[in-house]
Amino acid sequence: PTLCFFPQVPVLRPMDLMVEATPRRVFANAHTYHINSISVNSDYETYMSADDLRINLWNFEITNQSFNIVDIKPTNMEELTEVITAAEFHPHHCNTFVYSSSKGTIRLCDMRTSALCDRHAKFFEEPEDPSNRSFFSEIISSISDVKFSHSGRYIMTRDYLTVKVWDLNMENRPIETYQVHDYLRSKLCSLYENDCIFDKFECVWNGSDSVIMTGSYNNFFRMFDRNTKRDVTLEASRENSKPRAILKPRKVCVGGKRRKDEISVDSLDFSKKILHTAWHPSENIIAVAATNNLYIFQDKVN
Amino acid sequence: MFVRGLKRKCFDGEEDIEGTLAGIKAIPSYNLQRQSLLDMSLVKLQLCHMLVEPNLCRSVLIANTVRQIQEEMTQDGTWQMINTQSTGQASLDRLVSTDILCRSSREQAEGKHVPGYSTFNKDFEGDQAQDSSETMSTASSVQPPRNLQSNVWEMESPQENKGTFQKSLDQIFETLENKNPNSVEDLFSEVDNSYYDLDTVLTGMMSNTKMGHCDGLETFSSTTTPASNSNCKSDLNELDHIVEILVES
Repeated sequence: PTLCFFPQVPVLRPMDLMVEATPRRVFANAHTYHINSISVNSDYETYMSADDLRINLWNFEITNQSFNIVDIKPTNMEELTEVITAAEFHPHHCNTFVYSSSKGTIRLCDMRTSALCDRHAKFFEEPEDPSNRSFFSEIISSISDVKFSHSGRYIMTRDYLTVKVWDLNMENRPIETYQVHDYLRSKLCSLYENDCIFDKFECVWNGSDSVIMTGSYNNFFRMFDRNTKRDVTLEASRENSKPRAILKPRKVCVGGKRRKDEISVDSLDFSKKILHTAWHPSENIIAVAATNNLYIFQDKVN
Repeated sequence: MFVRGLKRKCFDGEEDIEGTLAGIKAIPSYNLQRQSLLDMSLVKLQLCHMLVEPNLCRSVLIANTVRQIQEEMTQDGTWQMINTQSTGQASLDRLVSTDILCRSSREQAEGKHVPGYSTFNKDFEGDQAQDSSETMSTASSVQPPRNLQSNVWEMESPQENKGTFQKSLDQIFETLENKNPNSVEDLFSEVDNSYYDLDTVLTGMMSNTKMGHCDGLETFSSTTTPASNSNCKSDLNELDHIVEILVES
């Protein structure tokens, strides 16, 4: 007798593509504090993960063991005044990495010097501008992101109001500083009160390291051309762009008479923040995350 | 001293002529502004701890800001010592230890004793006076290198607003504890709007009012007089509510 499991013959029905992410490996129990960065090494065998106080080095194949390479936790936690905010491996030198801090400093470390990289090889910090000093100076100097250039010769850092480019050979100040939204400088008290001042924006290089990009509020994102020194503000929003439409440059009015297409600082929507952006490693294609939407833009194709 | 305080502009702003005229009239004293910022920061720190997973970076930055304000207040001689009879637990409210504020949630769950943290708890304040003195001595012993702390212990304060800070903190904590989370959000939604106004006051005015403001600040004594307080209040209509909550009335 035949065994029939189905009351009727199964039919293939087309369905929408469903993407389901399943963890392939879990590297657990190595972090006490919130993880802020992971960075794959150029050897493609190891990677690091950084939390507020420690950085651990992992081998992809070993999930139950990691090496602690940076530890800034003080024995007396009440002496804690600085945390790690971001970390990244050098794109070519697998022993070199950088990490940034909440006090606006960047440390470059070489894993060959010692197992525990408590002593930095280089220390990048810009002296404070005394004319701009306020109670918020430290908070806005906190670095939210650090990225090596593709060439490996520069690092870029993002703090609350600026993006800075540093030459690895010059530790005492950045070689370039770009104002992302300096009109917020007079609003720092409000932004402190509503916690926006703690927002962590990312920054990215384009493939040739000639343009840098970072996000802002009101679904704006900014691009800076390092060669021409020109910059542009664009908006990632459905209302203002149809597919294949060319993005129109936006402008924030900082005072005086507001022109027709400009938006005044007080009209900015601080709940619409672009914290995460990415740039294709070789093409002019960018991805911008705005709230729960992902926008992909590219150079206009003639 | 106040000239130096002016250079360290807390609330810098852009050029605004209209603001200047309004600013001369409506600006609260630098001390009041600084006090408001300090109070706001302490409330934020308190709220940090009510979270299940406190953000360590944020806590550290806020704690550093608090410390900065307190250090400046100590240097300016405006730091007010509370009445010593109400014991040291109130002092601990003012001097915030990073240890208290920046413990990870896991460490808190492990039940480590947090010296001084319990002073934020009204219940604790209510009963064990013994424990409070223990707490005070514990906190003191773990903070020997802190000059700020020893300065406070040594300072006498006969001034009228000596109870200001304690009272304002108590009001904050009472408000926070008696209300449910939704109300806390309501409380802060009010603060939102008002702080936008506070912002225009704080950011726009200090840099512009060269003659009037400078003179004004120099005449302010470190113990802000009742007259100046009431002047400030009458002018800051929309801030009245917030000012009363956060600052001595």
